[in-house]
Amino acid sequence: MEKTGVVIEIKKGRIKDANLGMIACARAANREVYALILNDTAENFREILEAHGVHAMVEITTGGADHTPWNPEQHTRAIITAMEALHIKALLALTTPMGRELLPRIAAALDAPLVMDCIDVDLEKGLARTTLYSGKTIGTIQVTGSHELFGIRPNVIAPVPVKTKAKMISMPIDTPVSGKFKTVEILPGQSSQTDITEADIIISGGRAMQSKENFDLLFQCAHTMGAAVGASRVAVDMGWVPYTMQVGQTGEKVSPRVYIACGISGSIQHFAGMKMSGMIIAINTNAEAAMVSNCDYFIEGDLFEIVPLLTQRLTQKAK
Amino acid sequence: MDMKIYVCVKHVPDSAANIAVKDGNTIDDKISFLLNPYDEHAVTEAAALKKHLGRGEVIAISLGTEDVEKTLRSAMAMGADRSILVKTDRQRDSIFTARALKAAIDQDGSPAIIFTGRESIDMEGMQTMFRLGAAFGFPVASNVIKFTPEKNSATVESQTEGGGKNIYHLSMPCVLGVGRGINTPSYPTFPDVVKARKKEVKTIDVKDLNITPSPSSMSVISLEPFAQERRAREITGTPAEQVQTLVNILRNEAKVLN
Repeated sequence: MEKTGVVIEIKKGRIKDANLGMIACARAANREVYALILNDTAENFREILEAHGVHAMVEITTGGADHTPWNPEQHTRAIITAMEALHIKALLALTTPMGRELLPRIAAALDAPLVMDCIDVDLEKGLARTTLYSGKTIGTIQVTGSHELFGIRPNVIAPVPVKTKAKMISMPIDTPVSGKFKTVEILPGQSSQTDITEADIIISGGRAMQSKENFDLLFQCAHTMGAAVGASRVAVDMGWVPYTMQVGQTGEKVSPRVYIACGISGSIQHFAGMKMSGMIIAINTNAEAAMVSNCDYFIEGDLFEIVPLLTQRLTQKAK
Repeated sequence: MDMKIYVCVKHVPDSAANIAVKDGNTIDDKISFLLNPYDEHAVTEAAALKKHLGRGEVIAISLGTEDVEKTLRSAMAMGADRSILVKTDRQRDSIFTARALKAAIDQDGSPAIIFTGRESIDMEGMQTMFRLGAAFGFPVASNVIKFTPEKNSATVESQTEGGGKNIYHLSMPCVLGVGRGINTPSYPTFPDVVKARKKEVKTIDVKDLNITPSPSSMSVISLEPFAQERRAREITGTPAEQVQTLVNILRNEAKVLN
């Protein structure tokens, strides 16, 4: 049977939930699914991987003497070595900062086709569906080549529980670091913060937030429901929050189950980044705002009144 | 020899434009096109590097139809000294684009560094810079939000999740895909625009580059508008009631609360 490799992302010792939808996507093609685990103990994840239909766990240890926790160039070569050794021609990873670093490097090295940010993939036919033109259209892309690579948009494909027995393949791969590309330092982000590309709930603020300090209201509210905080371009350009929080055409494209837009008017560029959300809730004083007419539920009201009340309500519930 | 700083740019639909699908797999191009927003940052960074060094030449390069000249003029108004238009009749995939850009750059000179935006807002492929780097054998970093040039090398900060950063050290020449945080583009003044009109645009027909095609390809076989009609329902009542209804919706309908 043909094999499909999936690059598993692990954060703080846990498999990110988004991996499971990606595994379901790989399983759909009726192939053997090889979970590639980089520099971590694969056995720790056996239970969850076997509950989702993985056939093999490939524990890749990179570097040998030149081991570094993260060097995308080195890790690219290690993954390619593993793909060659195991005859893996199709590879999936998440369209996350890690996937954005690895997949295009692997595709470039193999001169292989790659479609990023896929919302659906048909591995047999080599077809991928993704948003094009800033989320204003959905395109179907045909890939041809000896390999095929796909970046999967987190949280769009639902996980499918299937029981399997996974074999364990341990692959220490000696990949010296090239003098051309070195990792100097890794500065992790705030780990308490859920990343917007993977969050189930996003609460976002726009121009109406008025200041950096006011964003604390959103952070407090987000904390009570395990949400991530997003922002419109204006809020980012004003310097109230960092660029990583921007949702939209020139920011992140997100697909949470719920998107709560606070004081965001809803420009076409902002919608480009969040229109795939499961449910959109708008809180806005202006009932004429584009966000209000294009959402599922709206509250015509002042976010400075509604958001603290929501935080309070959710805090009470938690007790 | 003068230091050559190349900037790869793309001519893309205006982010505010409404996109209409034509012939099932392409778009109606009777809309306004402009310089890809991320590439504005790439041009700005290239111009800043030239200023920092006190020497060098910034060359903007793009693959596309004749209309792309407009975007090259914008890049020149923002600081590029001259430009190269590699002419093709249609949208090409990143596998071909990287080959064409490589061939055109090779014909023009020897790059000290190549800048581009971290992705184009039309195809959103996020990969041309890596393919270009592989073609040249240059190291690549993308999503770069800080660039510090050194003698024959560069230190860059690449953005990761939750506000994290990876700091990489690359030998030069290298290829950098820049993100929005790297700089604030200063939009051209009228005299900049006038000056840009007089700058050189060298046009090369892609056929004359004799590019060896790759056995791999990516092609858009169908395109459909993605317009979601949502039926907006108002949550009414006093603020306390509105919040209660909202919590009920989150818990019972969206099922995102425990």
